[in-house]
Amino acid sequence: MSGADPIRLYRTVRLIRRFEERAIELVRSGHIVGGIHPYLGQEGIAAGVCAALRPDDVVAGTHRGHGHVLAKGADPARMMAELCGRVTGLNRGRGGSMHAADFAAGVLGANAIVGAGGAIVTGAVWARRRRGEDLVGVSFLGDGAVNEGMLLEAFNLAALWRVPVLFVCENNGYATTMPVADAVAGSISARAEAFGIRASTVDGQDPAAVHASTAAALARMRADGGPEFLEARTYRFDAHHTFEHAVRLDYRSPAEVAQGRSRDPVQIAGSRLPAAERAAIDADVEAVLEAAVADALAAAEPDPATALEYLYASGLTARTGGG
Amino acid sequence: MPRLSYRKALNRALADELARDEEVFLLGEDIQVAASAVTAGLLKRFGPERVRDTPLSEQAFTSFATGAALVGARPVVEFQIPALLFLVFEQIVNHAHKFPLMTGGQCAVPVTYLVPGSGSRTGWAGQHSDHPYSLFAHAGVTTVVPATPADAYGLLVSAIRCDDPVVVFAPAAATELRADVSDPVPVPLGRGRVHRSGDDVTVVAVGHLVHDALAVADELAGEVSVEVFDPRTLYPFDWDGLLGSVARTGRLVVVDDSNRSCGIAGEIIATVVEQVRLHAPPRRVTRPDGAVLPFAPALDRAVQPGRELLRHAIAHVSKDG
Ligand SMILES: Cc1ncc(C[n+]2csc(CCOP(=O)(O)OP(=O)(O)O)c2C)c(N)n1
Ligand SMILES: [Mg+2]
Repeated sequence: MSGADPIRLYRTVRLIRRFEERAIELVRSGHIVGGIHPYLGQEGIAAGVCAALRPDDVVAGTHRGHGHVLAKGADPARMMAELCGRVTGLNRGRGGSMHAADFAAGVLGANAIVGAGGAIVTGAVWARRRRGEDLVGVSFLGDGAVNEGMLLEAFNLAALWRVPVLFVCENNGYATTMPVADAVAGSISARAEAFGIRASTVDGQDPAAVHASTAAALARMRADGGPEFLEARTYRFDAHHTFEHAVRLDYRSPAEVAQGRSRDPVQIAGSRLPAAERAAIDADVEAVLEAAVADALAAAEPDPATALEYLYASGLTARTGGG
Repeated sequence: MPRLSYRKALNRALADELARDEEVFLLGEDIQVAASAVTAGLLKRFGPERVRDTPLSEQAFTSFATGAALVGARPVVEFQIPALLFLVFEQIVNHAHKFPLMTGGQCAVPVTYLVPGSGSRTGWAGQHSDHPYSLFAHAGVTTVVPATPADAYGLLVSAIRCDDPVVVFAPAAATELRADVSDPVPVPLGRGRVHRSGDDVTVVAVGHLVHDALAVADELAGEVSVEVFDPRTLYPFDWDGLLGSVARTGRLVVVDDSNRSCGIAGEIIATVVEQVRLHAPPRRVTRPDGAVLPFAPALDRAVQPGRELLRHAIAHVSKDG
């Protein structure tokens, strides 16, 4: 397996970084309601993993899911419009940050329920492989998810039924404010190994390293079918959720945060490119996001009369709330 | 005419749909040996890929079915115990049901959840005797409770073909029934059925209670003319069908195996009185609030809606007004 294209990796981490920064501005200005779970600091994982995927492969993301959606190939403009609740959004303004999905790009959705994606992507990959397709799937999950029984059940199903799903644990050290050391008995990768799932660990701050580990895992998975587990060690640079910008929670020391932020995936990937190349990518990303924000804010908000649209795929119409 | 048992009707519906559509497959615990009888013979005919025994991991296999459905499969998930639906309520309501809207119409989740033995199974006591269909109706998940073998076949077939998630409750008290059915056909979801016409009182009966309602209507035949309406699908409910009946009779009793608070009987009564001026206040016969079915048979029966309470309710609404 050849190495990842450093230009592509840098572009993706830079895109996610600036996307998140622009989104935080829109949270502050009130254009994005409900806030977001910023992916800042963890960009190298989505970028490295998705660079090793094919377009027909599928991923399931998490509540901290913008990076997964963007790295898998969703249009940043439609993603930004979704966060702003506009009709031009990926989900036509029906999903928002935690439910952004792009089935055409193989994104089965971010997911607001911790640990929920694993079984879903396992079922999706199994069903498509039954038709003879040779795709694989990725289930992104946080360190908090490894304590969810539903996810451990999904490990069991994927391993028993040899479904090629890569479970990528983004270990950022905390589930909201709960440190891993206080939450995980045993070790994270031992959870997977207990099911006979091969587990490896990678520096999640280095997109090229993530790509290499992912590519190696996917090559084995495509050859012999079973799932694998990849623990990517990372650090969340910003708040658990933007509500923390207003309500300071005391669980990480300034020294720890500074230490965590010192290994920045954008700098690591950027340092591998000539300065001029990097500047050109930065300018391009700025232009893409400038247009994305402008388009999102110019787009129409959904008509309240359509609030129940898409509730039933069968065409059933729900009774309204009456009056 | 050939006799069709309720269980065989479910079995035939599964077999017919497996044969008709390659995307249909079954998941569940001990289904390959057909512990619940409804999957009998299917392993041999369709193989282990499509008749899949699962480890005991209801939450994961329910969401596995969601994932498969998201990419076009039509899974049928069997649950051995009605209470297992409590364990997977999140996976059904928060995931399968919400995905189409939350994704802005990017997907459908055509999964069928089949409980081939819901409600009291005498002697199985507190944790095996629930009848939580009202929970799913409340959540807006299509919910069917067939009362007869023909409807068991027809509603299960329609459930599997439906593009939305559907929960199928097969009441344990009905699964022993047999009926003359030569050629069962699909039954549309959301369409009720008048089992017996009458002029004085409309009795809405859910699932196995349809048969109790019919027996009581027979007994009372000389005194009160009872119309027995079986909604068959609780969500979406056949409001037009029911309102047509009640508009004629002007009197309403509902017999429903839900707990009283927030059970479907309350919804049925509320909807009717919003639209029809009844001759007498309506009545409902239900499980008590917070019901836990006790083990001893007499206690088990005591908390289920029965014929005596139904007679009483019919007498009551017939007198008033
Ligand atoms: C099942 C479930 N429990 C609790 C929550 C509330 N919640 C949202 S994110 C979160 C922390 C998740 O931590 P982790 O999995 O490590 O992901 P991270 O936020 O660190 O990316 C919690 C508790 C939830 N959304 N789902
Ligand atoms: Mg975490």
